[in-house]
Amino acid sequence: MTLMDTVTALILGFISIVLINNLVFSKFLGICPYLGVSGRIDMAFGMGLAVTFVVTMAGTLTWLIDHLVLMKFGLEVTRYVCFILVIAGAVQLVEMYLRKFFPSLYESFGIFLPLITTNCAILGLCLFLNLWEIDNFVRAVVLSFGAGIGFTMAICIMAGIRENLELADIPKSLKGAPITLITAGLLALAFMGFAGMIK
Amino acid sequence: MANKTDTVSLSDTFTAGLWSENPVFRLLLGMCPTLAVTAAVKPAITMGGCVIFVLLCSNIVTSLMRNLLKPHLRILMFTLTIATFVTIADLFLKAYMPDMSEALGPYVPLIIVNCIIICRAEACASKNGLAVSIVDAIGMGLGFTLAVCVLAVVRELLGTGKILDTVILSDKVFMPWAVMVMPAGAFITLGLLLGLVSKITNKSKR
Repeated sequence: MTLMDTVTALILGFISIVLINNLVFSKFLGICPYLGVSGRIDMAFGMGLAVTFVVTMAGTLTWLIDHLVLMKFGLEVTRYVCFILVIAGAVQLVEMYLRKFFPSLYESFGIFLPLITTNCAILGLCLFLNLWEIDNFVRAVVLSFGAGIGFTMAICIMAGIRENLELADIPKSLKGAPITLITAGLLALAFMGFAGMIK
Repeated sequence: MANKTDTVSLSDTFTAGLWSENPVFRLLLGMCPTLAVTAAVKPAITMGGCVIFVLLCSNIVTSLMRNLLKPHLRILMFTLTIATFVTIADLFLKAYMPDMSEALGPYVPLIIVNCIIICRAEACASKNGLAVSIVDAIGMGLGFTLAVCVLAVVRELLGTGKILDTVILSDKVFMPWAVMVMPAGAFITLGLLLGLVSKITNKSKR
């Protein structure tokens, strides 16, 4: 395989995880923050950036640990325990690093940062990297980053729609979470249109 | 601590999980598995069983070690406890129900980050005795299973015309709505069900 082919494969992988295999719309991952913080567009964007950062780091680290330690020594049974420890550790590290070197950014993320540990998009992506049998390090990094971008895109689209929904006349019992889920359903329907884009 | 345990009635704890504090319809916890495994009834029941098992075990362990927990380490301890039991459930499914394990895929390990379980460990098991924690786990687990099954019945019936491989609506009178078994159908069905639940609640309040 020439360099050109490799780059093309990486770009296609990136597009496919952002649009076709979008974690929110096709894998139902990260729904809790998706419903929780999609009320305002600036908060949604902040959350998206934080998730992108952590998911890239966690995806890379867990891939390395999985391939260099767990598979080598036959410790696959402990995979889930290791993954969740790595994610919790990564979030903690990011939090400490931001607090020390970028205090203003740290302030604006606020409570979102520790909450990312229990965001299923992160653990879900690490597990999917294992399930799809990605055995190329660069590909694993690109897919992790793409997953974060896909999440950011989904949550920002939703926040934009919800800011307008505030002004709409919705039946009383559908207010809040129900109408958000129905909107997400319509968005997922729209995203299904991308399905045939990459063979 | 003892007084508090006495005032919490066991039957109230049990029924709270089923309806008034139903994890899916009321607390909006554990949305990811709810949406992901409900394309058919059988994986939904399997998922419900796994959640009951993990919730019960993690509540028992958390309740037993509640006096040893250090505040800043407790979330980590909960997560590790849960991850251990999820590994057991996952290996059990792989060994005895390989087709279900295949169908549920990564959503079994994702029980680790299911908010229901961490929420119950934090809100109930780390503060209450063994009996209350066990009853709470069974109530919440059954409440989750119930909600997931309702969603799965609607989606499988409208999406394929069958329930558990039994034809309910035959091809001649009913054209299956393919969208119901796809992600979009999951979001819309859950949205409408939540709307229905809040409608019922609003009515009974009046």
